[in-house]
Amino acid sequence: MIVKLSEFRLKGLVFLAIVVFALPLFISNPFHYSLATQIALIAGAVVGLNLLVGFAGQISLGHAGFFGLGAYFSAIMTSHYGWSAIPALIVGAFGVGIIAWVVGRPILRLKGHYLSMATLAVGFIIAIILNNEREMTGGPDGMPVPAFDVFGWELSPFGQYSLFGMDISGDLAWYLFAGVVLLVAVWLAQNLIDSPIGRALRSVHGSEVAASVVGVNTTKYKSLVFVISAVYASVMGALYAHFQGFITPAVAGFEFSILLITMVVLGGMGSTIGVIIGAVVLELLPQVLADFQEFEMVLFGLILMLTMIFMPKGLLPTVANFLAKRRSKSAGGDA
Amino acid sequence: MAAARADPIMFSEFLQYLFTGITIGAIYALIALGFTLIYNASHVINFAQGEFLMIGGMATVSLTAMGVPMLLAIVLAVALAGLMGIALQRLAIAPAKDANVVTLIIITIGASIFIRGLAQLVWGKKYHVMPNFSGDEPIEVFGAVLNSQSLWVLGVGAVLVAVLVYFFTRTMTGKAILATSMNKDAARLVGIRTQMVLMLAFMVSALLGSIAGIVVAPITFTSYDIGIILGLKGFVAAAIGGLGSGVGAVVGGLALGVVEAMAAGYLSSDYKDAVAFSMILLVLFFMPRGLFGAKVVERV
Amino acid sequence: MNGTLARYTKKFLAITAAGLLAMSAQAADPIRIGSFLSVTGPASFLGDPELKTLEMYVEKINEEGGVLGRQLELIHYDDAGNASKARNFASRLIRSDRVDIIVGGSTTGATMAAVPLIEQAQIPFISLAGATVITTPVKKWVFKTPQSDRMAAERILTDMESRGLTKIGLISGTGGFGSSGREQTLAVAKEMGNIEVVADETYGGSDTDMTAQLTNIRGADGVQTILNFGFGQGPAIVTRNYAQLSIDLPFYQSHGVASDGFLELAGDSAEGLRLPASPLLVPASLPDSDPQKPIVEAYKSEYEARWNAKVSTFGAYAYDGLMLAVEAIEKAGTTDKAAVRDALENIQGHVGVTGTYNMSADDHNGLTADSFRILEVQNGSWKLVN
Repeated sequence: MIVKLSEFRLKGLVFLAIVVFALPLFISNPFHYSLATQIALIAGAVVGLNLLVGFAGQISLGHAGFFGLGAYFSAIMTSHYGWSAIPALIVGAFGVGIIAWVVGRPILRLKGHYLSMATLAVGFIIAIILNNEREMTGGPDGMPVPAFDVFGWELSPFGQYSLFGMDISGDLAWYLFAGVVLLVAVWLAQNLIDSPIGRALRSVHGSEVAASVVGVNTTKYKSLVFVISAVYASVMGALYAHFQGFITPAVAGFEFSILLITMVVLGGMGSTIGVIIGAVVLELLPQVLADFQEFEMVLFGLILMLTMIFMPKGLLPTVANFLAKRRSKSAGGDA
Repeated sequence: MAAARADPIMFSEFLQYLFTGITIGAIYALIALGFTLIYNASHVINFAQGEFLMIGGMATVSLTAMGVPMLLAIVLAVALAGLMGIALQRLAIAPAKDANVVTLIIITIGASIFIRGLAQLVWGKKYHVMPNFSGDEPIEVFGAVLNSQSLWVLGVGAVLVAVLVYFFTRTMTGKAILATSMNKDAARLVGIRTQMVLMLAFMVSALLGSIAGIVVAPITFTSYDIGIILGLKGFVAAAIGGLGSGVGAVVGGLALGVVEAMAAGYLSSDYKDAVAFSMILLVLFFMPRGLFGAKVVERV
Repeated sequence: MNGTLARYTKKFLAITAAGLLAMSAQAADPIRIGSFLSVTGPASFLGDPELKTLEMYVEKINEEGGVLGRQLELIHYDDAGNASKARNFASRLIRSDRVDIIVGGSTTGATMAAVPLIEQAQIPFISLAGATVITTPVKKWVFKTPQSDRMAAERILTDMESRGLTKIGLISGTGGFGSSGREQTLAVAKEMGNIEVVADETYGGSDTDMTAQLTNIRGADGVQTILNFGFGQGPAIVTRNYAQLSIDLPFYQSHGVASDGFLELAGDSAEGLRLPASPLLVPASLPDSDPQKPIVEAYKSEYEARWNAKVSTFGAYAYDGLMLAVEAIEKAGTTDKAAVRDALENIQGHVGVTGTYNMSADDHNGLTADSFRILEVQNGSWKLVN
């Protein structure tokens, strides 16, 4: 069973890698690259959130807070204090991890909707601080963020680079970078899921009482995964800030938190590839619906509602189930 | 001890913050009661609760603009919201029976975006005014002023709470809702039609929400997106009080309103919402089920 | 299974790509004007009239034969007041739709999020947002039509000073507009020297009661006047709370609420308050010699006839933006981006609804503080006082 499961996961990773690297063969418009980059970075955060929601069964309605903290820490350190992007990203992730640990200990004792409420409150407090501390964050109008740099070498969506002798545009370079980051994020998440920690987590999800009865320290594991998912969000937030070149407190806002959790649920809680599909769908949908003008909101709400009503397990698990059923049916028919 | 002596200006300021807090708190309480009703019957947190509020206010405003007398407009608006409550339960919640709690939450979020989108198409994006029910002259009490509409909010709120108490303790239907919330299977065994009860809970919650939306509209104005933040605050109030507790919803709502007003008055208006959210965290740290939340036995 | 999925994905992507290519190839003829506006969301009272204005005047210009003999094509997206959406749509306008010029950006956040992209892509951009940072320091490709909030602050504080009011109680919204306006007010007060801000309160964009903040201001030491910087329904609630508390200090609002819609919301409470605004709200009280008069009157009557709704100052920003773009394209005689940009920068004496624009290499806004008129609410309508 375990072997099969990890084999399945490997397939998922390979599939994702193929999609990521094959995509440039089909798109050439810089706008599409920039959209794809953004999706990859948000998907990375969603993969982290899925560890918490899909595997540990804990709901966070404030995850954008950590994303926003990572984004702003990097933005502030690189623009006000002249830090380089990588140390800013690492120190930021470390700091966010500590904050998540400190906050997580008490709130993860809460159950169900109370936990949602507490995470929502944490997210709100972070967003309010980012909004109010004008001197540092530029306030509600946001702040510019310098380009991402590695040892003095800058990665800007507007630059020109060469890779293995090929000339590539900054957009493509960013896209490839974000794609690789996403693959690493998925790989790390899958390793975590298959580790003893992952098994303990799944037992927490199954039944917390049963897990604690057999000696799993549920609070410890929950805190751990809370910290990990916050670090994911922080790292992705920092990269997102550098890629966008400009951020506003909306990146830490309640709406974005809701969007992140919706991506997890829509794509399929507990399925790493599924939640990435959730991120892709929910980021592309507004672009498609933009042509419907004033009907955009109605259609978005309707699509979200109908999908969840008819595919309560999420897009990927439902489709996979359907295909599996059909295959077993047709296999039965052949025999 | 000098500070404790009743300085008249300080006292009137305090009273002013208190009035402000209680008025807005009463609104939060009514929304929280709506959450509580649906939560009790179905364990769903209905993120579309704020939209009932919006429907109440917007429908009343647009009907009166069409020449419908105020009272009739209010009745029609409340009826419309009630229908939406039923539709929400029938068309969105009931078909997703084997969905888990998070999925149901996302469905209600989808529903709220959908309803808001419809409202925007039908009524546009403008803010609308509703006149005070009884004159614009504020009432003065010890140097603090109270908007006459605040009294309406408090009065209507009190009446609604009394009606709800009566409904749940004295009528068969109310008792059936309570029984269903405690144990669905047992309720079904004793002959309660649980689907009917769920529908009823959504309807009553929508009625409550729309009435709140109407009495508060003269104070806050009304628009297609007024429900977002008020709905959220209602959820916060319900959680402070303890989900599922009617008393909790009322106390939670009032507490949230008063803390916000006091924080704006005495601490920092920049951080008044942060103070309110910190209060929630504090309450939950010490009372993980809110102030009045019942201890739920977890099924293993 | 993966194979099938991948095949479908490829097919889908190929079709999408082909479609997009075809779309951008077909329409090389018209002049493409791109726009991203906050048509929905908390800033919809900006984006909504702006979009309506752009739509009707693009139509009108096309009926009259277009620009340089070419038709105008308006391509617009709704950023819902969200900065990352604004950046995405700006990117889509530049790279997918290949527009010739962008007139848009209802809020400062949306504008500033798109600016790095626009500077890089080297495409002329006329923003419809107010904050000073948009054009100070000057950015090569970025222009804007509204007066900056700094000018509003200067105008208000000067008017206060002339009435002998020097101790201000400030209350502002925590949104972009209010927050930037607050900062500018504090800065201008400091520079003027004799003006003192004795209370500094804020409220959230969706707050429903500001009595507590106003009570605090009323209690501030020596306060002589109250200024509210913000937009949306918030200032209307502040105005009503101000009246309920029967505060009898002179009351000022910012240009953020310079619309008849605000008077509707605030009702009698607004009586006597002052604010800086473009002459759009009082076209009749302009002297006939004022060059703005015919333009203001035409815009007002055309907009109100077409949409059956009151004009707002914000729609006028879009009007001026579009007309500046048209003038620049005509002057340049081409849609070449650099030529249009140069033409924009050299526009002199362009009379618009908001004011008379005199652009230059170090002023990409082109307005002065006296393009703001001070209006007062008297008997439920706007009166020009200064």
